[in-house]
Parts: sequence; C-alpha cells; structure tokens
Amino acid sequence: MSLILDEYKDPQKARRILDAIHSIVGDKKIKLMEVCGTHTQAIFRYGIRGLLPNGIEIVSGPGCPVCVTPNSFIDTLIALSEIESCIIVVFGDLLKVPGSRSTLLKEKSKGKDVRIVYSPLDALEIAIKEKQKMVVFSGIGFETTAPSIAVTILEAEKKDVKNFFVLSAIKLLPPALKSLISSKELPLNGLILPGHVSAIIGLDEYRFLAEEYSIAGVVAGFEPLDILMAIYSLSRMITTHSPSLENKYTRVVKPKGNEKARKILGEVFEECDSEWRGLGLIRRSGLALRREFSHRNPLNVISVGVESSKENPDCICGSILRGVKKPTACLLFGKTCTPENPIGACMVSNEGSCAAYFKYS
Amino acid sequence: MCLGIPGKVIEIDGDSGYVEFGAVKRKVNLKLLAEVNVGDYVLVHTGFAIEKIDREEAEKTLKLFQDISISFDEIR
Repeated sequence: MSLILDEYKDPQKARRILDAIHSIVGDKKIKLMEVCGTHTQAIFRYGIRGLLPNGIEIVSGPGCPVCVTPNSFIDTLIALSEIESCIIVVFGDLLKVPGSRSTLLKEKSKGKDVRIVYSPLDALEIAIKEKQKMVVFSGIGFETTAPSIAVTILEAEKKDVKNFFVLSAIKLLPPALKSLISSKELPLNGLILPGHVSAIIGLDEYRFLAEEYSIAGVVAGFEPLDILMAIYSLSRMITTHSPSLENKYTRVVKPKGNEKARKILGEVFEECDSEWRGLGLIRRSGLALRREFSHRNPLNVISVGVESSKENPDCICGSILRGVKKPTACLLFGKTCTPENPIGACMVSNEGSCAAYFKYS
Repeated sequence: MCLGIPGKVIEIDGDSGYVEFGAVKRKVNLKLLAEVNVGDYVLVHTGFAIEKIDREEAEKTLKLFQDISISFDEIR
C-alpha cells in the first residue's frame, strides 16, 4: 500500500494532470475554495497554486478548527486554568492561540497546569493518574475529531473517571459552508471538500452545493495528485456548466461515511448553535454534550468568571476565514503577527492561511 | 488538524491494536471501525483509526490518473 500511496506523488503523472487542467481551463476565470486546513497546508507545501493556469484562483475556507474557534473559548479555558485544582489539556495547536488577554502558553509559563496531548485518550489517562484534579480536555475539531472525543467520554463513563471533563467547541463543517455560500459574499464556482471530515459524514450533506447553488464539489484526499485530480474534475464540471458532487477520495470516503463513528457521535453529542470566528453564530453548527453526559461539562460543575471577549481590531482573520481577503491584505501580517508571535488565530496553526502564506509565499 | 496518517494494522487486542507507520509502531484505538483485521490499512487521527483504506479503490484512482493522461493525449 505504501508503494501505491507513493504513486500519488508521482511528478510525471502530476505534470499530465496539470497539462489537462491547462487545456480545459485555458484563459477562463474560475474561483475555487479549499475548505480544509489540511488541504491549505498541502496546496502550499506542494506549490500547487503556482502551477495552475492564471485564471484559477484558490481561496482558503473556514476549515481550520483552531482558526475558527472564537476568543471566548480560549478565555474560558484560561479562566478554568486559574482554578488551582484544574488541569487544562489541549491539542498542541491551541497553545498559542490568542484569547482576549492572554494565551494558554503564557498562562503555562506563569505556572498554570496546561498540558499537550496527541489523543483525547491521553487526557483521560491524565485524569486517571491525577484523581484529585479536575482534568478539562479542550474539545475542538470538526467531524473528523469528534468521534474520538465521543469514544473517550464513553471510556470515562465505563471506567467511572469522575474528574474528566470536556469543554466542547466541536464544529460541523456543512452548516458553515451553507452559511458562507448563502451569504453570497464570495462568488465561488467550486469547492475542494475535506477528505477526512467526509470519511465520517459521507457525501449527502454536500448535495446542496450543486442542487441549490450550482456549485461544483469534489471530495479530495491530501496527496498532490489527489488535489490536482480534484482541481481537474472541478475545472471540467465548471467549464462544461455541469456542477455536481464527486468523490475522488474513494479509497477512504464511502458515500454514507463511517456509520459506526456517527452512531457513537450521536450517543454522546447533539447539535447546537455555535459561534465561529469570522462567520458569527451559525445555527446547528456545533456539537454539545447530550443531557446524559452534562456532568462532563466543566461549566456545569464549576462557575468561572470570564470577562467579555475582545478581538484585535486590526486583525482580519474573520475576512480571511470567509475567503474574502488574503493574509497579505492584513496590516499586521509578517510584521507584528508571525508564527512566533501570532496575533490572529490564522497565524497559529500550520493549517491557518496566514501561517501557510508566511511559510511558503 | 484533520490530518490522518495511513498505517498497517499488525496486531489487534480487543478495541485497540498496533499500527505500523513505516518504522514507527503505535497503539491505536480501533473502536470507530465496524470491522478490522490484521493486515488492513487504516487512517489514523488523534490515536484513533477513523476509516479503513481500500486498496482496490486506491488502485482505481491511480488508473483514473492514467486515463486522464490518455484522454488528454487523444485531444491533443
């Protein structure tokens, strides 16, 4: 299999697909969005933008969980970290995300107990070892990550780990895409759809793109040829005025997704309205713990005072996440805002547009 | 953050197992998969196998790349 996956990087095949893209697009203008932050990073890393016809513009969308998590969530985690018996456990990306007044990294350096894990199960292990402490796992991510968090919560129930909590800011991508597209702020012809979100949810939730908005969509993998193939298919659909939904990541994505994962997800979480940086409050675009698991929400156990959240007025992360502005249009970009000292969330994660522009442009 | 790493299942023990990523071996939770066997390739995200990788489909996609090249040659 690893040999097969190596072929997805084959430069000769890439050249042929690129030739085909150039041939069908010619000097037509096409605007695409890559929704997923992992695609953003891959497109930059492989230098794909520079190889495409001039008429193809690719903008980055709201698919970086760290980027779309609003300041208020970081502020709440920081407030929780001030409780002496509390351990905050996060995925590494979250550490440098600026809240309204501080970051978890700064709080850690002041002595707060903030720990980084690779898996939510690692957070549960911490709770098992540190029984006297309240262990709060920061539940950020999309549909890809949510089932892992759900399994971890069920494990905590099974093992009766009473001191394990999850502060959920889990987000659902399709409602955000619908909100973005229905706003008509950004005229798009096609979307490169997220491969690993789709591995869980399948294809049905994207059907509105072509059916209601005549926007082409292709679910894509993350190797260079996967991405080029998606761009080829989108270009073909767009230039022949026949937008539809295609799955070009069939080795992983099944039409109905991972049904077992979704069943587990539904046992633990339910849809809720959710606040997105840049996109505002979107109906039913997040996941909250079901009532049976409400004792796992730290805010139901302990009350914390969180001052009202504020954003840096010069940061344009919001417009960048909606695809309407490029990072280079920001006054802070590369000057006061760098990956070492990020002012906006999109400069923090490797998958953020600003970080990708900074690293590769 | 939705990064998934492909690896090969080399051992299964109840709900978890060991997955080999090149020279690296790691314990992975398999609870999200309806069925998995030793030798299967899986996609691993945050310590969980979130889906199996279908070898036949992987080969079909490679064939598709080939077909694009051929049909493009025909147009030319």
